[in-house]
Amino acid sequence: MDVAIIGIGLHRFGRSPGLSGMQQGASAVRNALADAGLSWKDMQFAYGGSQDAGNADALVNELGLTGLQFTNIWNGCATGGSSLHAAYSAIKSGEYDVGVVVGFDKHPRGAFNPKPADWGIDEWYGETGMMLTTQFFALKTQRYMHDHGITEESLIRVSEKAFTNGSLTPTAWRQQALSYEEIANSAMISDPLRKYMFCSPAEGGAALIICNADKAHLYSSKPLYLKTAAVRTRHYGSFEVFAPSQAMNVADASTVTASKAAFEQAGIGPEDIDVMQLQDTDSGTEIIHMAENGFCEHGEQEKLLREGATGINGSMPINTDGGCLANGEPVGASGLRQVYEICVQLRGEGGARQVPNNPKVGYTHVYGAPGLSGVNIITK
Amino acid sequence: MSNQVPIHEGLFTWPSAKPQLLGSRCVNCAETAFPAQPDCRNCGSRETTIVELGDQGILWSWTIQTFMPKAPYKSDETAETFQPYGVGYVEMPGGVRVESRLLPNKPEDLQIGMPMQLDIIPFRTDGTDGSGDQIMTFRFSPVKEA
Repeated sequence: MDVAIIGIGLHRFGRSPGLSGMQQGASAVRNALADAGLSWKDMQFAYGGSQDAGNADALVNELGLTGLQFTNIWNGCATGGSSLHAAYSAIKSGEYDVGVVVGFDKHPRGAFNPKPADWGIDEWYGETGMMLTTQFFALKTQRYMHDHGITEESLIRVSEKAFTNGSLTPTAWRQQALSYEEIANSAMISDPLRKYMFCSPAEGGAALIICNADKAHLYSSKPLYLKTAAVRTRHYGSFEVFAPSQAMNVADASTVTASKAAFEQAGIGPEDIDVMQLQDTDSGTEIIHMAENGFCEHGEQEKLLREGATGINGSMPINTDGGCLANGEPVGASGLRQVYEICVQLRGEGGARQVPNNPKVGYTHVYGAPGLSGVNIITK
Repeated sequence: MSNQVPIHEGLFTWPSAKPQLLGSRCVNCAETAFPAQPDCRNCGSRETTIVELGDQGILWSWTIQTFMPKAPYKSDETAETFQPYGVGYVEMPGGVRVESRLLPNKPEDLQIGMPMQLDIIPFRTDGTDGSGDQIMTFRFSPVKEA
């Protein structure tokens, strides 16, 4: 059974004062249903997730108590990837024909403050100030720059591209393009990463209506196809977040194994991808994820970024809507926002940020603590 | 004089004239973990033994924490007295890279590959129960040249 995406919906990312996270999730579902020309009572199942804005299945209080199967999913920042994978499997198995995947969140301002016990770690790790995702991404980027000859110039270029793309995206949180100098001179947060190189926790919602591909024509004149959804967790030796120690031998990250699995299942390779979304919690991470997802060699990013390869008109457009850097990260919704944007691009509805030459194959990669990656490949 | 109490039992030898970090080594596959754990993250074996990891290592990566973390961070500092601190992974002769606070808090004082020395330091004073215990944690600083 193949899987189609027939409806996409977003509730604008950023800050929505006066709206709960759940209301933003309901808004995203309504937008996705309207896009598909369906109503809530047509939904046979739902998978949803949120970190700080309540249980996803409570959305039925707003959308209607129709009795559908509604399963809550939570996998850190990769929640959207896991939710979509679950829905993909539900269709693939033949159990259901049509359902919804939804993610939403509303985080307090400032960095996340996870509790060590939730992650199987003793309290001292948090008490002494080492349980911060910002530190991990800085430590990984620092070592990566050392090993692969990446310079600060590349970190700046990733942010510059993100905010340029954000300025072309009506639904983005940050719509102000920033100059190379503004980024280079912004405050150092966690060496080597500066203020404008990190995404921020935010608010928003995203939803997708997916269905059995054989029936997609009943609902949509422009269905897209979810060729594969792969989720993988960390291996012994992979360098991941919230790790009081690391093994001496560095193993492939979960991103590498999820990406390989997705390409294998889809029967295509990185060279076939026309437009992509890679987790950009910070600009160093986007650089690392370019290679971990197989789109270039380690160290090649410096040259690619200087040439503008990852821009909207480049050879490998990454995060055309500004990614997490320009949209912020409402954890439950973020992975689905990536899929939403790829669908916009494949439909040719990107407006000022549309990738040229009629892109046909898109790719999304979401990464979450404590070392979990979800990859989706979407085609026309 | 107040007691010096480790922030968590089993992280390092204490009290000791020459403290060492403690970890666990798998009897089956010989992989090492910090902190010590009863099972092996590599092979799943339930047989591990406590081992000393050493008191010197090599800096593998580093960053600087410039803002005061929210809870669960628990020090004696206030927003006014907070001082940035280094954080890094130190490659230990015992066969594992350990994440640690670092004494230097300026980029020019930190370099991947530099030799580092373990210190056991008072981290905060536990005043809430009236005992006034000094809560001790581990930290690394660059090895001083002889």
